[in-house]
Amino acid sequence: MALVISMAVGLLAACGIYLLLRPRIFSVILGLTLLSYAVNALIFLGGRLGATAAPLALPGARGLSDPLPQALVLTAIVIGFGMTAYLVALALRARAETGTDHVDGADGPEGER
Amino acid sequence: MIHAVILPILLPLVAAVAMLLRPAAGRPLAVLSVVAQVGLAAVLLGLAGDDAVRVYRLGDWPAPYGIVLVLDRLAAMMLAVTAVLGLAALLYAIGGNDREGRHFHPLFQMQLAGLNGAFLTGDVFNLFVFFEILLLASYGLLLHGGGAARARAGIGYVVLNLVGSALFLISLGLVYGTLGTLNLADIALVLPGVPVADQALVRTAAALMVAVFLLKAALLPLSFWLPHVYAAAGVPVAALFAVMTKVGVYALLRVEAIGFAGAPATSGLLQPWLPVLALLTIVAGTIGALAARRLAGVVANLVLVSTGTLLAAVAAGGATATAAALFYLPHTTLVTGGMFLLAGHLARGRGAMGDAIDNGPRVPGALLLGGAFLVLGVAATGVPPLSGFLAKVMVLQALGGTPLGPWLWAGILASGLVMALVLARAASAFFWEAGDAAPPGAPVPRRMVFALLLLAASGPVLALAAAPVAAYARAAAEQLHARQPYIEAVLGARPDVQRETRP
Repeated sequence: MALVISMAVGLLAACGIYLLLRPRIFSVILGLTLLSYAVNALIFLGGRLGATAAPLALPGARGLSDPLPQALVLTAIVIGFGMTAYLVALALRARAETGTDHVDGADGPEGER
Repeated sequence: MIHAVILPILLPLVAAVAMLLRPAAGRPLAVLSVVAQVGLAAVLLGLAGDDAVRVYRLGDWPAPYGIVLVLDRLAAMMLAVTAVLGLAALLYAIGGNDREGRHFHPLFQMQLAGLNGAFLTGDVFNLFVFFEILLLASYGLLLHGGGAARARAGIGYVVLNLVGSALFLISLGLVYGTLGTLNLADIALVLPGVPVADQALVRTAAALMVAVFLLKAALLPLSFWLPHVYAAAGVPVAALFAVMTKVGVYALLRVEAIGFAGAPATSGLLQPWLPVLALLTIVAGTIGALAARRLAGVVANLVLVSTGTLLAAVAAGGATATAAALFYLPHTTLVTGGMFLLAGHLARGRGAMGDAIDNGPRVPGALLLGGAFLVLGVAATGVPPLSGFLAKVMVLQALGGTPLGPWLWAGILASGLVMALVLARAASAFFWEAGDAAPPGAPVPRRMVFALLLLAASGPVLALAAAPVAAYARAAAEQLHARQPYIEAVLGARPDVQRETRP
């Protein structure tokens, strides 16, 4: 299972990086979102995956699942969500101020899309 | 356990929440909070002076399971620098800049909370959290006052730092996956015994973390964001940002010295490329300062030069070089902050000309501003007799024996000369060849002048108090590189950490 998740992490990160390098702010925001999904899955992998590990430390339970990566991922998700919301608001404001959605605040000479 | 250790984080947090509830009380609360932080930093500086490492366990959970804050000499020094810079930036801001947009004061306090937290935290995940707090606040502060230039600079800055945060998280995921801990002292214990199969992963994680810190510190290939972001920010915000690059340098120093030093998996991580890139950063900053057309642009490039100088000393390693870096750090932070405030004063006095380096109207109060320019310029370029000279001598002495020593000597000295030329040219445009007197605008509030003088005084004060400050920096560097006091204070003298076996 770790292999499947690892491949998903790689694919998400690759797509995220491709979109990050696009000139329009909307693709950049999507790219950041994909990248943060990849990161969250990777942190989960750090705690090891297992379908049989007990979530609670009840008497006699063996092979407890590690709660720390879950807490870390939760923190990362909250922070990432806030950041993305802020970036969307900022993108709208920059669009209003500069009249373009290009990340440099100005279209290139050819106005490429 | 002394509760004063957590106050530098709680105080600005509480102040920020109170300001959101009572926006009308923003200014008095902000001044109260920052003055209290200066006092608190002085108390903590005194506490840390006895060479004990004080650990604050949140909820009294034992490390490494709980969260710890650690106060040692280095952390106390960083808190003090931040508090003084914060006070000056705030005094300047309440001269009018804070009313240009909404929520300036809560954001300012959150930024201070994030900075203080990053200096105090004892584990790398909370370092990430406090980085995010200070970055989120800085996004808001950068945009404060509005305008197309800030919106344009803001997008690049936010996207770049979000990518940096993602890289930081990847690094943390790898560290936890391989070492099973995120507590810095515990990392130091576990790291030497990492199985061979995991060593490549650990090294990758460490390299990613170093890259993130260098992005914050703005080392050359990762520094292109800095000049236009700092030049676009509002005056008090830019002054406060002078300490932001130092957070990256601090984090690198802390994690490298406590966590990574002496383990085979992370040995030689910074060599030999860091001194080379530090030298190139100095060169790039100097060229950028030559090309800048506004004083704020010159100062932003001055920040780059100071990052390069600091990292050259950090890369040299060892207590002597670190002591030199720690003497240089408060000096350069306060002086560049003061230069940003000076640029703001000039822009205010010259009306439409702003702080463009060109012949314009005579500034009201030219004698005072010219005097401040002289003091700050002498300190920043490292001309005797002010603090910049002493700091540069210490850094140069520490770099003398390193492989790249002669090159770094040449780079730092030539950069000082070029900076002196750039600032002299700017000063002659501002003060010497100024035209008729500018139409008198609104009088400058006295607290804004006081803010400038406070930071301008740092050059002479640090030069006069050079002996105690250098002794403190020396002791802080030795305490940091000794490692053992830190690890023992966090985990106890004979750490017996229960670890689960991992598949």
